[in-house]
Amino acid sequence: MTTSAIAVSGLRKAYKDKVVLDGIDFDVRAGTVFSLLGPNGAGKTTTVNVLTTLMKADGGTVRVAGHDVATEAKAVRAAIGVTGQFAAVDELLTGQENLRLMVDLSRMPAKDGQRIVTELLERFELTEYARKPVSTYSGGMRRKLDLAMTLVGNPRIIFLDEPTTGLDPRSRHTMWSIIRALVADGVTVFLTTQYLEEADQLADRIAVLDQGRLVAQGTPDELKRQVPGTHVRLRFTAVAELDAAARVLTNSTPDREALTLRVPSDGGTKSLRALLDRLDEYSLSAEECSVHTPDLDDVFLALTGHTTEAAK
Amino acid sequence: MSTQSHSLVMLRRSSKHIARNPTSVFNAVLMPIVIMLMFVYMFGDAFNVGVDYIDYATPGLMLLAVCYGLGSTATAVNSDMTKGIINRFKVMDVSRGAVLTGHVVASVLTNLVAIAALVGVAFLLGFSPSASLLDWLAVAGVIMLLAFAAGWFTVALGLSAKSPETAGMAAVPLVLLPFFSSAIVPAEKMGPGLRQFAEYQPFTPIIETLRGLLNGVPAAGDVIPALAWCVGIALIGYLWARSTFTKRA
Repeated sequence: MTTSAIAVSGLRKAYKDKVVLDGIDFDVRAGTVFSLLGPNGAGKTTTVNVLTTLMKADGGTVRVAGHDVATEAKAVRAAIGVTGQFAAVDELLTGQENLRLMVDLSRMPAKDGQRIVTELLERFELTEYARKPVSTYSGGMRRKLDLAMTLVGNPRIIFLDEPTTGLDPRSRHTMWSIIRALVADGVTVFLTTQYLEEADQLADRIAVLDQGRLVAQGTPDELKRQVPGTHVRLRFTAVAELDAAARVLTNSTPDREALTLRVPSDGGTKSLRALLDRLDEYSLSAEECSVHTPDLDDVFLALTGHTTEAAK
Repeated sequence: MSTQSHSLVMLRRSSKHIARNPTSVFNAVLMPIVIMLMFVYMFGDAFNVGVDYIDYATPGLMLLAVCYGLGSTATAVNSDMTKGIINRFKVMDVSRGAVLTGHVVASVLTNLVAIAALVGVAFLLGFSPSASLLDWLAVAGVIMLLAFAAGWFTVALGLSAKSPETAGMAAVPLVLLPFFSSAIVPAEKMGPGLRQFAEYQPFTPIIETLRGLLNGVPAAGDVIPALAWCVGIALIGYLWARSTFTKRA
């Protein structure tokens, strides 16, 4: 038995003449979180659809839970759970009925059904709303119910396609802790996201997808080393001032065209004060000062030479 | 788990959908009754059809009731396709047969409830058919066959539409078609062109068959085309639904 939960090699997929996946390879070890990071249109959802047997690949091999997705789709489906990008919940049913529907459609004995429904409602803090129609649920509650429905049948490999897109920060953190708890139970998680922070928080390994190709793969730390860290950006009114500031602030990178200076910093008040004090000391003042934390755009710029906008 | 028990689960789901959506209940059950009251009280005296108008119109209104239930079926099928829940079903190995059959059977059951209510109100309005028990069974059979055929056809319409809104619109011609048949007035009273259309469109022989069963003996010239149309529509609807489902989902 291999420890690979998902093994993908040379995966290709095109819609008519538009190439969506152009030969991608990766391997997900059982019990780990693997994150596919990329902007809209990079091919994340297509990858999930192929891996979950919803779509046929044009080339390459994909094995999930040791089974080939093309020839052993039934065995793959029995091992996985999928939460798609758009909450696949039934709006006209209540939360409880949605879960019951999953129980009835799965292969479990009927007598365990009610217990499983009750447990999942409790675990996802939905007990209070169990008898309310899902059409009255908030976005965060829908995502929670969606994930709870995925967990009926206890799948060992779970696919989450942008599980927190469109959620407020609080719901996003709730979702993160739910995902961490799953991993603690030994579940393998395949996660797609547009947020570097999310991949960084959750994933053991990250692969960066750009226009159907994987442009980088590694642990979050390995990737972040290739990306500029948090920094302060100072904008000046004249080149002379910029040059003077660049001389006094060590490790800074000037951009003479934009008249900006990039200074590595953790963004905390202490280091900011030190930075501003140093400018004062030399009687220099910047027109504008902003703290910049790395996001997907920085990753893309560093790895591909273009921003996510250009990738569209 | 077998397709059969999956179909039952899906049927339960579809029935809940219909019962919980006030618009679908209104359209499927109340609207035909409103139309009946309208025609019988407002226009009935103006039409000279040779018999009591309620006796003439009830068979046509039964067919109208089948058609009015279809809009919500088309919308429901399309919502399943466009809102992502179909992917969940596919990953759970629920067959397309189960998903679609659930919708068709729920649609047929809604039709039967609607027609039972309609016939009940018709009796209150003085409907007095001469049908025997056997005739009534035949009426029920024809209606079930029609509801089944229209159900598959509507499921196909719902599958082909781009959004739930356009799916609802796609069923509108089915709702209008009975008005251009012998449902409300006899086809021979219509103007040229419309009259030929009314005589040859599928609903007219079906209505005439129902009328014959309820008020005497149906003519073989109506029964055979009626059954042929039903079987044909069911077959086209089923095959169309199947191929669209495979393409889309």
